[in-house]
Amino acid sequence: MPKITYKTHDDKTHIIEVQNGLTVMEGAIQNDIPGIDADCGGGMSCSTCHVYVDEEWLDKLPAKEDGEEDMLDMAFEPKKNSRLSCQLIVSDNLDGLVVNIPSKQG
Amino acid sequence: MNKTDVLIIGAGPTGLFCAHQLGIIGLGCEIVDNLDKAGGQCIELYPDKPIYDIPAIPECTGKELTNNLLKQIKPFNFNFHLNQRVEEIKKVKDRWQVKTSDNKQFDVASIVIAGGVGSFEPRKFPVKGCEKYEGNTLFYSVKDKSIFKDKTISIFGGGDSALDWAIELSNNSKVNLIHRRDGFSGAEVSVQKVKELNNQGKINLYTKYQLNSVSGEDKINSVKIKHDEGEIKEIKSDYVLGFFGLIMQLGPILDWGLNIDKKKIEVNTENFETNIDGIFAIGDICSYPGKLKLILSGFHEGALAARGCFKYAKPDEKLRFEFTTTSKAAQERLGVKND
Repeated sequence: MPKITYKTHDDKTHIIEVQNGLTVMEGAIQNDIPGIDADCGGGMSCSTCHVYVDEEWLDKLPAKEDGEEDMLDMAFEPKKNSRLSCQLIVSDNLDGLVVNIPSKQG
Repeated sequence: MNKTDVLIIGAGPTGLFCAHQLGIIGLGCEIVDNLDKAGGQCIELYPDKPIYDIPAIPECTGKELTNNLLKQIKPFNFNFHLNQRVEEIKKVKDRWQVKTSDNKQFDVASIVIAGGVGSFEPRKFPVKGCEKYEGNTLFYSVKDKSIFKDKTISIFGGGDSALDWAIELSNNSKVNLIHRRDGFSGAEVSVQKVKELNNQGKINLYTKYQLNSVSGEDKINSVKIKHDEGEIKEIKSDYVLGFFGLIMQLGPILDWGLNIDKKKIEVNTENFETNIDGIFAIGDICSYPGKLKLILSGFHEGALAARGCFKYAKPDEKLRFEFTTTSKAAQERLGVKND
């Protein structure tokens, strides 16, 4: 199973095996990783599953849809490497992905 | 003081259908919501997005679903109390006294919390020190636009609210519009208008900038904005407006002594009552083994919670199960005319 690394704001690192087909957001929720709220449940409607992707992964991820960039306007402290974790579907290609969880979601 | 059988907190689809079920069994209710309209997440987050999993409705938008639910409860003439959230609840003998942020008071036999993921509140600037100016020279919504006349306003955001206010206020104020990227999520016609006004010098548009700091004694007099590449600009501002949409906050519900785990209220699945007698929770806010966050699950939960409310509203009566197809009482309540 692909391993996803979640770094929380308190500098803790959680390396989690996430099943192919789940989203990076679901991997966090199912494993009680703090800091990802996912209020809307994965509908790309709330921007509370916002993460910062490690630079080296930025180009390897599928491109954002328009709706994702629109929602990121609402996120807490969005940056160039911001993504919504509900839009990142785990596959073998994402094995080793590192995401950083912001200090707040809103 | 509004005295009735049930208070529903939250006018999303689940709360609205629960109201319908209360009406059918002959109970009264009042509905409170922090948004300025009914519909909850359906109307606030995805009014135009299609929903495909409402039973017997192959496809409808959040707005259509809301309108149909409102139509369905129209015969009961229930009151809505919008733009306010429930702040306090207090048990007095067998009843609940409830107070909202708008100081409305209710005396009810039971409470149904259909609060979704919490009440919608404006998202705020992440920058430290902003709270000091909030309500004085920094706002997240516009209540009285006349205060902006002949002043310099810095508006942050890229959605419809930011664009619409930038255009509107540019008539009588000096407007800076600051957004984190070149693209906007607002309507294309507004984006074009803003660009036109920028070319005419009526709006100063700063893209790829975000708020860095605010300064001023009691009132804001300038803001610093930071470019993606790190450059910082200081711009004079009498007022700052931030439009970053809404976020859901559980708020005072956390303090009512309910069993809450991961922002969800624990309920039984017999009637969706919480650990506190007379308080029910339905929809996205409740949790139980097997909970699905679907609108259809909220409808089921609301139907059972409504029946659970009956014994508190009418302790001396027994509720008889009836179908709306044949129940004269239900049809009368719905205002159906039978020849």
